[in-house]
Amino acid sequence: MLLNFATVLVFLVAGAFFVGMNLVISRLLQTRNPHPVKLTTYECGEIAEGHSWVQFNIRFYVIALIFLIFEVEIVFLFPWATIFKELGAFAFVEMMIFVFILLVGLAYVWGKGDLEWEKPNIVPDARVKPVSEQKTNKEQIAAV
Amino acid sequence: MPAFISFLTITEFTIFGLPEDISNLIFMVLGAAIFCGVSAVMALLGVYLERKISAKMQDRLGPMEVGSHGILQTLADAVKLLLKEDIVPAAADKTLHFIAPVMIFAATLAAFAVLQFSEGIVFSDLNVGIFYIIAISSFVVIAIILAGWSSNNKWSLLGGMRAAAQIVSFEIPASLAVMVVVMSVGSLNLGDIIDAQEGSMFSWMIFRFFPFNFIAFIVFFVASLAELNRAPFDMPEAESEIVAGFATEYSGFKWSCFFLAEYANMFLVSVVITTLFLGGWRSPFGDFLNSQPFQLFWLLSKAFVIIFIQMWLRWTLPRVRVDQLMYTSWKVLTPFAFVAMIGVGLLMIL
Repeated sequence: MLLNFATVLVFLVAGAFFVGMNLVISRLLQTRNPHPVKLTTYECGEIAEGHSWVQFNIRFYVIALIFLIFEVEIVFLFPWATIFKELGAFAFVEMMIFVFILLVGLAYVWGKGDLEWEKPNIVPDARVKPVSEQKTNKEQIAAV
Repeated sequence: MPAFISFLTITEFTIFGLPEDISNLIFMVLGAAIFCGVSAVMALLGVYLERKISAKMQDRLGPMEVGSHGILQTLADAVKLLLKEDIVPAAADKTLHFIAPVMIFAATLAAFAVLQFSEGIVFSDLNVGIFYIIAISSFVVIAIILAGWSSNNKWSLLGGMRAAAQIVSFEIPASLAVMVVVMSVGSLNLGDIIDAQEGSMFSWMIFRFFPFNFIAFIVFFVASLAELNRAPFDMPEAESEIVAGFATEYSGFKWSCFFLAEYANMFLVSVVITTLFLGGWRSPFGDFLNSQPFQLFWLLSKAFVIIFIQMWLRWTLPRVRVDQLMYTSWKVLTPFAFVAMIGVGLLMIL
């Protein structure tokens, strides 16, 4: 078995080596004609505005969280699935309880609308005042 | 087993009386080199087929100039890519920018190690084979995020984030569909999965526990399309929206690494689908035409049918929107995958 994993390691290293070797070959063969303009960030011909390492949509984070929950579940399910034939009905019922709890989770996320990419009806939070009613920083300082 | 087969099975042979460890190492490196070549050839062939098939579907000729019927066109393109100047943007994170293409190709190549190409021809007969494939293909996500992030380009970042969200979303239904097969076989080893499908084509996994395994097959196929970033799920590279997605700031050979990996992954996924659901290298007619060379022929022809369907879909369907993508993954495929899993479980204990 160790030998099999060693093969995998050799494949990984060989893959990296293959790319590295080709990069070296490419470096030797290519015509290099450097110019500072070539090194600028591409933004459809415009000069890049601001930094690109910016905040991105929080939705990606939610997707990542849901993914994590299900992926951990799948890691638990695989050993069960492998010996399912020998375990029989009892293991099936047990695992169905586990899966059911997760499906309730999926139903909750679904119902809450976190699986929608576009959120059409954002329910306003009653505790947060509309922007027009909020005090500006100056007013807050003045009030203190 | 014929002599040349034992030449190809690890642990059973030593080269010219060399110590076992060294001959094994030589064998492994040889295998890795073969698969580097295979994935490069698959990429060349894949791009050529893609061009020709799309041309036929759109009633044009496709590449015709280089070689007979343009057969050498992709080779010429590969040479062109090798000769291109390698540009790393000044603003990029140079280390990560370099690691991303290396990682995506190495991960793809490593997945090839466990595939069975015909009876007994396998480089690494892992007992956790299919689980290992799922695990190592996840490296692709990391490489794509790295590429998107390190380029320091807004298109790249958007493409990278989209790709990550897409691939991880579709990994859930894909893994659940694999689990259906694992449940009915009782092993994670690819060899055992193929052995369980012995007989004519009606003993293939796709026809077991009807209709649940068939549902699992459809779920896995659609999910694998999305994991490959192929149309209709090619949002990460949606050229009409975000230029070239995560690959915007890549050029020359580094850029071609992503495409090499994409086409190699296409081949990988087709072989995995074949292994899981379509009897692997087994002949569809039971023992008829099931000798060693024919097994390779059957495996490749099944895999190429799958590849053809992938290309057919690409040139037939329009690209879905990002919200439709999430809908497909979480609200259609995942529930169906659960239904298939529970259904197979019920049928098995009854």
